[in-house]
Amino acid sequence: MNDLNDKILLDIKTLSVIFNTDAGHVQAVDQLDLSIKPGQTIGLVGESGSGKTVTALSILGLIPQPPGRISSGEIIFEGKDLLLLPEKQLRQIRGNDISMVFQEPMTSLNPVFRVGYQIAEVLRLHKKISKKQAWRRTVELMDWVGIPEPQRRSRAYPHELSGGQKQRVMIAMAIACEPKLLICDEPTTALDVTIQQQVLELLQQLQKDLNMSMLFITHDLGVIADLADEVVVMYRSQKVEQAPTSEIFTHAKHPYSKGLLACRPKLHDNPRRLLTVADFMDEAGHALTPSAEQFLPQIKTNKSKHKTLLKVNDLKTYYPVKSGLFGRVKTWVKAVDGVSFDVKQGETLGLVGESGCGKTTLGRTILNLQQATSGTVKYDGVDVFAQNPKDMRRMRSRMQIIFQDPYASLNPRMTIGQTIMEPLNIHRPQDSKAMHWERVAELIKQVDLNPDQLNRYPHEFSGGQRQRISIARALAVEPEFIVCDESVSALDVSVQAQVLNLLLDLQAQYGLTYIFISHDLSVVNFIADRVGVMNQGKIVELNTATEIYRNPQNPYTQKLLHAIPKGVPKMV
Amino acid sequence: MKLKIGLILVMVMTATVFIGPQFTDFDPETIHWDDMAQAPDGVYWFGTDVMGRDLYIRTLLGGQVSLLVGLLATSVSVIIGVLYGMIAGFYGGGVDAVMMRLVDVFYALPFLFLVILLLVFFGQNMWLLFTAIGCYLWLDMARIVRGQTLAVKAQPFVEAAKAMGQNNHIILWRHILPNLINIVLVYATLVIPQVIMIESFLSFLGLGIQEPMTSWGALVSEGADNIEMAVWALCFPALFLAVTLVGFNLLGDGLRDYWDPSNKHQ
Repeated sequence: MNDLNDKILLDIKTLSVIFNTDAGHVQAVDQLDLSIKPGQTIGLVGESGSGKTVTALSILGLIPQPPGRISSGEIIFEGKDLLLLPEKQLRQIRGNDISMVFQEPMTSLNPVFRVGYQIAEVLRLHKKISKKQAWRRTVELMDWVGIPEPQRRSRAYPHELSGGQKQRVMIAMAIACEPKLLICDEPTTALDVTIQQQVLELLQQLQKDLNMSMLFITHDLGVIADLADEVVVMYRSQKVEQAPTSEIFTHAKHPYSKGLLACRPKLHDNPRRLLTVADFMDEAGHALTPSAEQFLPQIKTNKSKHKTLLKVNDLKTYYPVKSGLFGRVKTWVKAVDGVSFDVKQGETLGLVGESGCGKTTLGRTILNLQQATSGTVKYDGVDVFAQNPKDMRRMRSRMQIIFQDPYASLNPRMTIGQTIMEPLNIHRPQDSKAMHWERVAELIKQVDLNPDQLNRYPHEFSGGQRQRISIARALAVEPEFIVCDESVSALDVSVQAQVLNLLLDLQAQYGLTYIFISHDLSVVNFIADRVGVMNQGKIVELNTATEIYRNPQNPYTQKLLHAIPKGVPKMV
Repeated sequence: MKLKIGLILVMVMTATVFIGPQFTDFDPETIHWDDMAQAPDGVYWFGTDVMGRDLYIRTLLGGQVSLLVGLLATSVSVIIGVLYGMIAGFYGGGVDAVMMRLVDVFYALPFLFLVILLLVFFGQNMWLLFTAIGCYLWLDMARIVRGQTLAVKAQPFVEAAKAMGQNNHIILWRHILPNLINIVLVYATLVIPQVIMIESFLSFLGLGIQEPMTSWGALVSEGADNIEMAVWALCFPALFLAVTLVGFNLLGDGLRDYWDPSNKHQ
């Protein structure tokens, strides 16, 4: 063993991974070099499909083979090549020396075992200790990762814990054996912004306490600004840039890194349209320079004089909680609890809040997709709840919704042409089929997709493209008002920027009115004229976007703003 | 690939049982007193059973009955089960509660007792009997389809259809039904062998196919009884039955893949 190996904990040399699929070979990782020193945190950044997760899985020897194949390279961990180790020795390293935290805390825990048991299992697997000792250590670990009442919670089942607590349990499992290397694969992507901040702080603290190395995988550069010592940017299976974190944020060299940084909406001085990776790099990978015009700051016009399009008055939506043999209503969940506001024509109203605050229910109630308990919604002077089914159906052509999940919001068994045509068949049955096809082709071009692809099925498209298809479907019957329910939350930041730009363009072109629901404050700040902050079914603060972000009045708003990851310059 | 093999197997078996009888002069009911339990040879291609009847013609005629019965009962159960389960699951609430409790009531009725009642009222009618089997088997199908409908109904694309003002009939027809195909096909391929087995069980009790008519189920159970004397009387019908079932299973799997849009390459 030479000197170099003493200083480097994990050394990945020219790693290449190939997947054999029906469609041919896919190069998932291409000649990747990466090394991690003891105690160092490396951020691995890239969009989905860039090979980040495959890299992490190859370190643990978890690439499914076949279809995967590691075609070249070495992964040296403490002087041993992990790729050559027999499975038995690998199992001793996994969970003990190298462990991993996954993205989905909801599905990564086994629902039928108590969480304490699941942590103790890891300990019993790798350390020769008794059941009792393992359980005692488990309670210590749960206390360590900041779960209140660890003694009692260790006996809880996963469904009894919140999302943030589940992720803490996953982290407790991962650090149970005090690993030398912790791999975190998008550990906060599924979490709310305030919980994300807590989890990031916890990881940072644990890393100091244990002096472990960390490989932190994310698609969002903002998340790792505080955390990582060095950032590795991956693009199309290759490493395109590696630099200390501060340098990446100030002097990114590769056009793709520049694009990634620019496409994230900030809390102030946003450009009119978000810059995207395509503004910095063309298809072939040549660098481009965005014109000065593209950096001109966004100006939000005052729309308070416009005609009122939507008037929501003291709206309440309660869900009954039933119990007992005869389903007696025991109590009510107040999802929306007395909300009133106006939306002006051509305006974008942002609704922000954490999951469970009632923002989605509010959007669905306004569109009469969910029965309201009391209150009124007047759309263009007409009471939405007082419509008979036939009139309601006609009215639906004027108000549309775009959902969060681009995978589930398209029927997998209909071609995208049929999908976009469906609203036309409903609302314009008098038009001929040829006219419908013409309109569909026009729509698909409007959302920057190719009309040649109309005969394809949704699974052949990426997440961002599917969201464009959903937008085209919503636009088909020329609505005036669209509810965007977390419409960009499931997308990578670079794709998110493109979709946001598209929404802005369409608004400018057709004078659309949006209600934009999101948990991401920076996105809402970019797109909305006015912002309502929701907490526990109520709107706690409603003001223009500029005012909310510059001068938040409500303590809850202040807490939300405070939790936005650093790396995005803050204004307060 | 699966689809092709399945289709070929099913087609070959169907052709054999329907065209095959043309090539022999034997009659399925004639008893050859001199050739009881005769091993297969140039005269009796599949041998004879312990009563001296030619097994070749009996296996093929039995196959006709089994295939028709399997398809008839399965179609009845699929059609009723899918419609019933889909409607219960989609409309939910009180409709669902009433419809599914009714299914529970049907479950509680003793099947055999029902069959006997039917036979008493309407006499020995093969077609009626197998419609009755189908009417019994749809219960499972309805439950499975209802569960799947609940899952599909919760998908945002169904809500999107509602939000664009689509009416319920078309949502059921265009958005729910196509997404049930997987589970319906898989379950239907399980029902076919089930029907063939139920038929042989009923025949054994004397309620199903009556001598001298026969079916694969009846032949197999007869063959199993006389395995020491004439092993071929078990082997041939069992082989035909097995090949047909394998064919239907592959066909079901293949159709599921064929209709799955994510398996289509551009």
